[in-house]
Parts: sequence; structure tokens; C-alpha cells
Amino acid sequence: MLQIPLWNRILIVLVVLSGLSFAMPNLFYERVERHNDAAAEIEATGVTTDENAAALAEWPEVLPSTLVNLGLDLRGGAHLLAEVAVEDVYETRMDSLWPEVRDALRDLRETIGTIRRIDAPPGELHVRVSQPEGLSEAVAAVRALAQPVVSLTGVGASTLDVRGQGDTLIVALSEAERSATDDRTMQQSVEIVRRRVDEAGTREPTIQRQGADRILIQVPGIGSAQELKDLIGTTARLTFQPVVGRADSADEAPGPREEVLPSLDEEGVFYILEQTPVVTGDDLVDSQPSFDQQSGQPVVTFRFNSTGARAFGQYTSANVGAPFAIVLDGEVISAPVIRQAITGGSGQISGNFTVESSTELAVLLRAGALPAEMTFLEERTIDPELGADSIAAGELAALVAFAAVLVFMILSYGLFGVFASVALILNVGLIFGVLSLIGATLTLPGIAGIVLTIGMAVDANVLVFERIREEMKNAKGPARAIELGYERALSAIIDANITTFIIAVILFTLGSGPVRGFSVTLGIGILTSVFTAIYVTRLFIVTWFDRRRPKTIEV
Amino acid sequence: MRLRLVPQDTNIDFFKYARVTFGASVVAMVLSIGIWLAMGLNFGIDFLGGTTIRTEASQPVDVGAYRDALTPLNLGDISITEVFDPTFDDDQHVAMIRIQAQEGQESVTPETVAAVQDALRTVYPEMTFPSVESVGPKVSGELIITALIAVGASLVALLIYIWLRFEWQFSIGAVAALIHDIVLTIGVFSLLQIRFDLATIAALLTIIGYSINDTVVIFDRLRENLIKYKQRDLREVMNLSANETLSRTLMTSGTTLLALIALLVLGGDVIRGFVFAIFWGVIVGTYSSIYVAKNVVLMIGVKRDWSKPSSGGGGGTQFANIDA
Repeated sequence: MLQIPLWNRILIVLVVLSGLSFAMPNLFYERVERHNDAAAEIEATGVTTDENAAALAEWPEVLPSTLVNLGLDLRGGAHLLAEVAVEDVYETRMDSLWPEVRDALRDLRETIGTIRRIDAPPGELHVRVSQPEGLSEAVAAVRALAQPVVSLTGVGASTLDVRGQGDTLIVALSEAERSATDDRTMQQSVEIVRRRVDEAGTREPTIQRQGADRILIQVPGIGSAQELKDLIGTTARLTFQPVVGRADSADEAPGPREEVLPSLDEEGVFYILEQTPVVTGDDLVDSQPSFDQQSGQPVVTFRFNSTGARAFGQYTSANVGAPFAIVLDGEVISAPVIRQAITGGSGQISGNFTVESSTELAVLLRAGALPAEMTFLEERTIDPELGADSIAAGELAALVAFAAVLVFMILSYGLFGVFASVALILNVGLIFGVLSLIGATLTLPGIAGIVLTIGMAVDANVLVFERIREEMKNAKGPARAIELGYERALSAIIDANITTFIIAVILFTLGSGPVRGFSVTLGIGILTSVFTAIYVTRLFIVTWFDRRRPKTIEV
Repeated sequence: MRLRLVPQDTNIDFFKYARVTFGASVVAMVLSIGIWLAMGLNFGIDFLGGTTIRTEASQPVDVGAYRDALTPLNLGDISITEVFDPTFDDDQHVAMIRIQAQEGQESVTPETVAAVQDALRTVYPEMTFPSVESVGPKVSGELIITALIAVGASLVALLIYIWLRFEWQFSIGAVAALIHDIVLTIGVFSLLQIRFDLATIAALLTIIGYSINDTVVIFDRLRENLIKYKQRDLREVMNLSANETLSRTLMTSGTTLLALIALLVLGGDVIRGFVFAIFWGVIVGTYSSIYVAKNVVLMIGVKRDWSKPSSGGGGGTQFANIDA
């Protein structure tokens, strides 16, 4: 009658024990965190110092050391939602395509006459030809430059859309290539943001791509969203551009496809530059702070990849004696004169650097330029102290809720209430165990979710106990009543919890941040509370019943 | 001696005052919609865009002085509310300042935030700003849509689930009860002008989850009793089912409310609105599972003869026997 097979009992006990062992490190949060940080540091640097060895020894290696992540609202830190202007890249692509197009069209000079690049809407390349009747040949020639798109969805499509209109040749990226490019841009942006945040050495940042063109950045422990933005740098874009001349003000009208940019450290000095860069920071492979061998001034050295080295070598050998500008974020760092061809693909940037600023620039260059501009749609800063207050308030509320529910249950159901109470304590332990195990993030609404679960978790027990009471009225003996109680309450338990679980899933899918944290604890709470109600309290009751064999029971 | 919320055997006729209870629900819904239309919801920055700044100082909050300090900045609509909480220290005075989204800016610029903070420091120099949150209009617009989808998707998902597990009449009754709960919650948020933000939507969904949970337990018993007592009047069987589950309904509501009261009082002001919504929802949700859901099912009527194959009701009960 009332029996649970041995293997079933063992399984239940094992699940509970392993859940609790994963939850246990959270009781010693700070100590385990220091241990984990030390372990990560030793892993990363390979060096064991006294300090991190001591921290490592604080927590025994054999015990589980997974912790529940604390969300930003509990730990404090900064949150940014950035939108990447993926279209920026189309423009860059057109610029880099121009020399190829120019060379291809020059070969057709006899049929199309002279060519000139004219201003075009963003993301398009417009070339005017002096003999429009040869345009179809020009279109064909430029089309030949296109390549098949490299992506899963764009198979068979070509990278370029080329058409002629009047006397103008219009080149743009094809639809398939655009989406492939967007994808690459996003991957690159996420990677660069990650590297920059990592360079700053903050703990456990979250950097995620969200939707088509957004990046979610959450960094615990950072002072403000502004600091985080400075760290990411809206656009640290390095270019090497040919210098056309100098200007005295920013208002000076540049020629076609030229621009006027200010000098970084010389007040009132402006340079007129060709808009199309010779090489960009994308082609950099390394950059280090260093000192100039002759003057001893701090400088930044850099090294190009082979594409960059070739382009840079070709340009410098053709333009010895002419100045070129090193431009960072729309400001000219320096505009040295090319003394000799730089063919090795490496060089140095000298300017009015201090040791600090040269280090900073090298880091910026090494982390790479963001391929496109980012705008920030959402910014949140939470002070760690406010988070600590929230944790304290949540803990207190949880303890009080816990005590109240336990007293209420024991008053209502006596010994069975005690069983349910023990199960409830195990239940909260299991929630933390699962949260730690899957590396979920606990947020303030998540704590509310746990407290709510404390209230609702007894529901399954209540359903069973009430049913046992009812079955007792039919006087079939206590064992039968308990058995029927569990059996008949099951369908209500399942239906009631599946419906709530559906809600938790919807919240998880559509919610973000704190709301998602809430849905995770709610969902896990449902699973663990059904488990404890159906298996754990049953195990208690059955074991108790086996030992005592009471003639009647009072529920 | 056991604590009993409900006597051992109850025989309450829940439909005796059906006109009054159901009428009261309808009136409350109409009132809620009226209040909502008249007063509007106090939307947070999640849905409106803009910035909230939490200020903390050891001196008492002086809303007038704060406002005077901020007026010269020309930031448009600014709301300043003092925050009270039993967990605060005696010299901890907190206020929330909300600035509307600025024309032509995606999110409020750091310069604006810095200007606001400087202006406020002229009132109390050592004032601190424990949280600064800013949401651009683009995101807030999307968040509204996501929130509506979340609520709509929940209702549809539950409608389908109840339909598969029970009968279509039950799912109409259950969803009517859910809409009742949502409308009353929106009404109370409009009336008390509690901030309505993304967390409130999460609370609304939790209310839906809780209320359906309650309703389903009664329906489950109703389904069982309908098979057991084939000859008895539907109304009678419904009363029997509600009476049999009444003790459980009140026990669960009781423990949940106990936990929520602890959170409401001690959980801090940051989540108070969220907790209040759930607290209110548990009360109306319990009420609606007893007085709304069943009434609607009674009005539509349920097919009683289970010996014939299901007709008209569609995919009805074929999943009803799946347990576990």
C-alpha cells in the first residue's frame, strides 16, 4: 500500500543532498567569492602570490564553489543598452571599394571617357562618366568585381548591386551582403566591447548581443554608466589619411571628397585631409607604448597585418616627402612627413604623449576600433550600497515570511505541517542549488519571486493534506487516505503548476534584466516545490507511517 | 487544536448572491476602466522614456527647494516624490526625481544628469545619488509593445491550455476571471497613482499565474464531481466543488499573503510597487476564482453527457486524462 521503492528513496535523498550541496556555498558568499576570484587569477596569470593563495585556501577545493550571480540591482554597477549604427560600415565598404572601381573603369577609358567620384547618399558609390553611352560596359566591369556572398542565407547572391542611371554609375551593397555585413559588424562590436571591458579588469561583465543591432552591457562594480561609456569609447577609430593642406579654421571649405579636421593638441590648427583613408585601424595587429630611441619621448608603436602593410608601403613609397595624418576619432594626432617608404608594416606614432597617454592609446589601438558608431538607448547606474540595502531588506523579508508560513502551516496541520515546513526549507535550499548550478542571476524581483514561492510552495502540500482530510471522512483507514490523497490531488497540482509555469516561460522569453531574473526564480520555484511536495513530504510521511503505524491520523 | 480558516464541512451557496457578487465585479471593472481613463496610469520611465534619479541626503527632503534648484535647467516636466520606508535610518532621506525624455535625445545625456546633480547639490552639498536610470523613447516604445504581447500571449496560452485539459467553457470562464483581475489591478494603480513600469507588468503576469492556479484547482474538482454526480444540477455540483476546495483556497491565499505582507513591509521601497501589485492580485484573484470564473461557466453551461463523443466543443477533453 503505502510504499516507496528503495531506489526511489535513495534517488530522492540524492537529489535533495546534491541540491543542498550546490546551495551551500551561497551561505559563505564572500569567502567563496574570494576563493573563486583567486582561482581565476591564478588560472589567468599562472602566478601564485601569498595573497591569492590565502584567498584560495579559504574554501576547500573539494566542495562545490558555484555561486548565484547577483544582478546589477543587488550588486551595484552600470548597465548600458547600445545600438550599433550598422549602416556606417556600408560607407566604409564603399570607400575601400573605390580604388578597385577606379582601376577597373580606367581600363575602359576609351569607351566611357573620364570618371569622377561624386557625392552620394550614404552607403552608395556614385561615379560620373563623361561618355554615358559606354555606361553599360562600365556596369558590367564593376559587376565583375563583385563576389559571392559568404553567409548561410545569402548563397548564390552577389555582394554588389550595380546599375547605371543617366551618366552615373551607382554601386551599393546587395541586400544579402548587407545582412551578412551587419552580422559581422555586430560580432566585431561585441568582441571589441568585451575586450575593452576586460582590459579594465572588472569582474563578470555581461556583454550580449540583443536583437539585430543592439548590445547589452552590464558591468558590476563600476561607478557609473558614464565611466562605462568612457571605457567602451563611443568610436575609437584610427585612420591614416593623406594630407592636402593646412587650414586656419574648421569653416574652411574642403574640396570634393576632402574634410577638415582639428589637431588633437595644437589649438587652432586644422588639416585638410582626403576623406578616403590609406589604412585604417582595422588592419592593426599590435600596438605598444614605447620610447623614441633618439629623443626619449613616449611614443606608440604599431604593426599592420599584410593587407595594411602592403597598402601603407605602396602609399608611402609613392609619396615620400608628403605629409600624412594619423587620425583618431576625428582628430589629428600628428601629421608627420614621410621620410622614406615604410614597407615593413610597422611604425611609431609620436606626439605630445605622456607615459600614461601613450599606454592608453596603445590599449585603445590594440582593442581595435569599433566598426560603427554606437548610441546608448538605455543607461542605468546602481550604487552598490543601494544593492546591499536591497539584499538586506530581501533577506529580512524572506526570513519573516518563512517564519510566518511555517507557524501557519504547523498550526493548521500539526505534524503534517512540520513535514511540509521541513520540505519548504529544503525547497528554498533546492532553489538556490539550481540557481547556482545553472549560473542564473538573482535580481531584486528574483528575491521577491523566492518569497512568493515560499508562500505558494506550500500549495501543493495543502492540496494533498486537504485531500487526505477529505478521504479520511470516507473512513478507509489512514494508509488508504494518505495514498488516495496523493493520488487524487495530483491532477490539480499538475494543472495548477503547469499554468503558472507557462507564465514563467512567457516572462522569461519576453522579459529582460530584473524581470527575467524574477521569471527564473518563479519557474525554478515551481519545479522544486512540486518535487518537494510530491516526493519529499511523501517520503517523510511514509517513513513516519511505517515506523509508527498509527490507527488514526490527524491532518 | 488546529487552526482552521474554514469549518470542517461547509455548505455555502456561492450563487445565492450571484447577482450581487457578479454585479459587484462588473461594477468594479467599469469603475476601474473609468478611473483609468480619467486619471491615467502613472507610467515609469520604462514606458515613457526619461530619467529617474534617486537622491539620498541626511537632511529632510525639501521638494520645493529641489524643484527650485532644477527649474532653471529647463528640463520640462519634473516630478519629485519623497520615499518612505521602515527600513531607512533616521537620517536617511530619499527622494525620486523623474525627468521626462528630452527632445531629440535618445537617452538623457551625461551632461544633463551632471547638471541635475550639481543643481541638487546646491540644496544639500553632500547629497548622494544611489541610482540613475535613463531610458530612451525608442526603447520605451518597444517595451510597451513587448509588455502588451506578454500579457496577450499569457492569456492566449492559458486559454488554449485550459481548453485542452478541460472544456472550452472552462477556458472562457478562467480567462474572464483573469481579465477581471488585470482590469482591477490597473484600476487600483490608476487610483493610487502607483508607478506603473516593467516590473508591474511582471507582477500582472504573476497575478495571472496565481489566479489561474486558484481557478484551475476548483475546475479540477468540478471536473471530477461532474463525472461523479452525473444527475445533479450543475449549480449544485459547482457549489459542492467550491466548498470542498474552499479550505485549500484560503490556506494557500493565506500563506501567500503572509509572505507578501513580509515583503511589503520589510522588502524595501525599490520593489514595493511590484509587491503591492501581486498582493492586490492575490486578493482579487482569489475572489475571482470563486465568484467570477464559475459564474461565467454556469452562464455558458457545460456539456454533461460524457457517454457520447464530444461534439461542437472541438478538441476538448482528449487530454483530460493525462496525469503527471
